[in-house]
Amino acid sequence: MNTFFLCISLGLCFLMFVSFYRCLMGPTILDRLIGVNAIGTKTVVLLLLIGFLYERVDMFVDIALAYGFLNFVAVIAASRYFHKRKGLYEGSFKETKEIS
Amino acid sequence: MNLFVVICLCIGFLFLLGGTVGIIRMPDFYTRLHPAGKLDTLGLFAMVSGLAVYNLHHFSFGALLLSVKMMLIVFFVFHSIPTATHAIVDAGMRAGLSPLTRKKPSQLQGTGEK
Repeated sequence: MNTFFLCISLGLCFLMFVSFYRCLMGPTILDRLIGVNAIGTKTVVLLLLIGFLYERVDMFVDIALAYGFLNFVAVIAASRYFHKRKGLYEGSFKETKEIS
Repeated sequence: MNLFVVICLCIGFLFLLGGTVGIIRMPDFYTRLHPAGKLDTLGLFAMVSGLAVYNLHHFSFGALLLSVKMMLIVFFVFHSIPTATHAIVDAGMRAGLSPLTRKKPSQLQGTGEK
């Protein structure tokens, strides 16, 4: 059972690298935010799996819960920050008008 | 019992895989949000519920509390990811990002309309 958890964890790590690709290549700032959000949710599951691998589940459940909170706050703060700063992304927005 | 856990984890992994592929493949910012918001949540629910059941293997009151705490994580994530996705979309709309209404340029030559 442990090796199965290990394989699932490695698969999750691979998925996180793929989401990180979206963080790197994302044309706009907000695409990078999607990548960060995706990685955050996968980290919560990964923490629980590591908790099972190390047989110290009660500690890792708390860590995963705390990480879930932090991920949520970070995404909300980042999105609140970006919608006021219009000039932060490149040309793809030029032809669109401000939606008040 | 173990079989159920394995099936749950594989289903969850499949959903997460679908979510990740969706994030990469989708053409536009708004379409990318769909898989990110929905599939990750369901994938997380399937995996964490599988782990919660696995935790009840050798039943004790502490293990039960732990599984309830895991389901609380799922409960919180069910609230937080849609809200976060809504905040991102709100930021996108405010910033003036236009949703992809026309077809892809490659298909445009065929129809000729702008």
